[in-house]
Amino acid sequence: MELSLDKLEVGKSAAVKKLAADGKIRRRLFDMGITQGTSVYMRKVAPLGDPIEVTVRGYELTLRKDEAAGIIMEVL
Amino acid sequence: MRFVLAGNPNSGKTTLFNALTGSTAHVGNYPGVTVEKREGRHKFGGERITIVDLPGIYSLSPYSPEEVVSRNVILDEKPDAIINIVDATNLERNLYLTTQLSEIDAPLIVALNMTDLLERDGIKLDYEELSKALRAKVVPVSALKKQGLKALIEEAVLETKRNERKPFSPLEGTYLDGLLKKADTMYKESRADNALFHAVKAIEGDSVEVAARGEAAAALEPDKKLIKNDFDGDFEGMVADLRYKYIDGFIKKVTGGRRKTHQMTRSDKVDRVLTHRIWGIPIFLLIMLTVFHLTFGEDLLYLGAMGLIPEAADETFLHAIFGNGAINSPGVILFNLVDGGTGSLTELLAGVMPEGTWYTGLVIDGLGGGVFAVLSFIPQIMVLFLFLSILEDTGYMARVAFIMDRAFRRFGLSGKALVPLITCFGCAVPGVMATRTLENEKERKMTILLAPFFSCGAKLPIWAMFGGLLYAGQYGDLVVFGMYIIGIAVAVASAVILKLTALKGETPPFIMELPSYHSPQFTSTALKLWQRLKHYVFRAATIIAGAVVVIWFLSSFGFDFWNGIVDIGDSMLGIISKVLRWLFVPLGFAMGENGWMFVVAALTGLIAKEMVVATMGVLAGISGDALELEGGELQESAIGLLVASMVGGAPAAWAYMAFNLLSVPCMAAVGAAAGELKNKKAFWFSIGYWMATAYIGAAVIYWVGTYWWIGLIIGALLAGVITYFQLTKKRRARKQAGKKPMLSTR
Repeated sequence: MELSLDKLEVGKSAAVKKLAADGKIRRRLFDMGITQGTSVYMRKVAPLGDPIEVTVRGYELTLRKDEAAGIIMEVL
Repeated sequence: MRFVLAGNPNSGKTTLFNALTGSTAHVGNYPGVTVEKREGRHKFGGERITIVDLPGIYSLSPYSPEEVVSRNVILDEKPDAIINIVDATNLERNLYLTTQLSEIDAPLIVALNMTDLLERDGIKLDYEELSKALRAKVVPVSALKKQGLKALIEEAVLETKRNERKPFSPLEGTYLDGLLKKADTMYKESRADNALFHAVKAIEGDSVEVAARGEAAAALEPDKKLIKNDFDGDFEGMVADLRYKYIDGFIKKVTGGRRKTHQMTRSDKVDRVLTHRIWGIPIFLLIMLTVFHLTFGEDLLYLGAMGLIPEAADETFLHAIFGNGAINSPGVILFNLVDGGTGSLTELLAGVMPEGTWYTGLVIDGLGGGVFAVLSFIPQIMVLFLFLSILEDTGYMARVAFIMDRAFRRFGLSGKALVPLITCFGCAVPGVMATRTLENEKERKMTILLAPFFSCGAKLPIWAMFGGLLYAGQYGDLVVFGMYIIGIAVAVASAVILKLTALKGETPPFIMELPSYHSPQFTSTALKLWQRLKHYVFRAATIIAGAVVVIWFLSSFGFDFWNGIVDIGDSMLGIISKVLRWLFVPLGFAMGENGWMFVVAALTGLIAKEMVVATMGVLAGISGDALELEGGELQESAIGLLVASMVGGAPAAWAYMAFNLLSVPCMAAVGAAAGELKNKKAFWFSIGYWMATAYIGAAVIYWVGTYWWIGLIIGALLAGVITYFQLTKKRRARKQAGKKPMLSTR
């Protein structure tokens, strides 16, 4: 099943399928280790509902839902 | 020998740099951008080694000022070796930068930091395997415990002398290998340094590389067209992907297959409380309140209010610690001690210097009244800084950005801007300096522009005095509180207006690492504080001292200055103010025969807000501190009568306070803003923006206060303007959306 990272439920993991983001944000996400096949764990949502916190490659990363919407995940 | 130190943010780079160079570090700024450059010396045997600390970066791409600067230092300065510090607890992402540094010609030494933390968790890394995979020497170190540093430098010196390292790219042997060989040969033939690095950049189509050597990138185009895969011609993406694939290929062998997953560590347990969905924000507010209480509170833990502390006798040494019937906070105690010290020094000088001469005036009023007043704020600024850097070192500040980002986004700011702005409630100087942590230039400018609207400690006495006078002193607390609210309201309105006009554009992205929680480190915090202190004292000694002397001169002498010191009313400043006051008549407070006095006080307030009340006292002709007076005494005092003589009445008084609140904060903050903005145009824009906001804000308050229906007109106009901007924005967005989809699926 395919869905964007911002829609992933808290406590669930999924693998990155592709990046639909553009330019600077796309490159930034790559630099931070979000590449094809990487496993991402949805850790929590901030108190005001946005941004989100995920675990990727063994560290914690925070990003906004807007940016997470450009990361297409494959749920196993 | 010259080594550069490169690594990710939070990899312990600063700690390693401090451990290697001690206090020899010399802080400067890279030209053109607000990125600090630090150099320090290290002695090793007979070698004199200079270590250059690069800013913390994740990549050598051209997207942030830090990355561009790091890249230029490495390429232009041609260091003898690159020391890459790598956080062993976060190996995969840290090694991504290593695979880029490895493409540079200079010898590369990997300093593997925090291996002790891994060993504590029972993970042993295979250094041999890692070294083989990276084709670089790997030295395990603990920057914090100063372990392995000698071996690290020894290895770096050895590698430099041997100088036989061949640059290596993880693209070798992949589907991009043919392209890489071709590009590499091309650069080698033109005898370029760092051929491999440039070759990879040319393949990526990196904007800086293409701008510098368009022909090389163009020559690769036909070959690039032949490569077909999921990436659809996104070569940057392919290269990043191949780097991580390369790391994935050996990482299991190095770590033995173990890596931190989402099991709960101690850091996670702390985090669960601090970023809790319900308690996260209240806890944050409580922490900030505590920090401010410990810095500015005059009744520590409210023991005095509970009646637990007896009243202390005035004017004793103990008075500094115990105020009137309460214990002062550490910040206030230090402030009192420094203030008392400089005060005694001034008195001592006044005793030995001949009375009535101009140079006595300069020393006593200029130096004593001005420079010492600024210096006495240093302890509180330092205490505030100490707490804030502890919060930063522990990793909590990153969480603050996380929990507050949502609230800030609509103003074109991210959660990261909150901390500098809150700091401004204490003092705008550290607040402005803290904007350095913001990556986005627009966000940094906006935060600096909003800084003065967060009423600082030095402005409080002005509110307190007016609070005691307006409405017969009945609503003193509400007046003070009202000023804070006015400031916040103006800041919010400013942010909305700036976002629509001068600083329009996309909201900066928010993709940020949340580092693990650490306990704060004493030496690193102390060093940081010391460097800030040096900076501030230097500033006080130059810019502020200069401004103070000028003001003193203008307020002590008439235009016939050879005739000696005159009353402030006949001084140059007094005469200028009598002329300038016409400018301020629309603001209500400059009318009548005493109007010019308020103008003088406000003008001196541009130097330092502490001077507003002091100047009014001098003009009213009272001796001693107006703030010591209470209740009816204050009403009856000369200063009370002066304020009562304001022709515009209460609305004019509010307008006057608003002018002081919103205008240029003080020379120290202006100096800090100049330091952070770098750009002259942005700096003068800020000064102009503050003065214009102060003028308009005060005028609106006065006129609406006098004729309430004007408020309706202004409200309607404002609503109209905002609606107009919103509508055009939507139309523009729709137009763009029509042209191309927001997210292209390449």
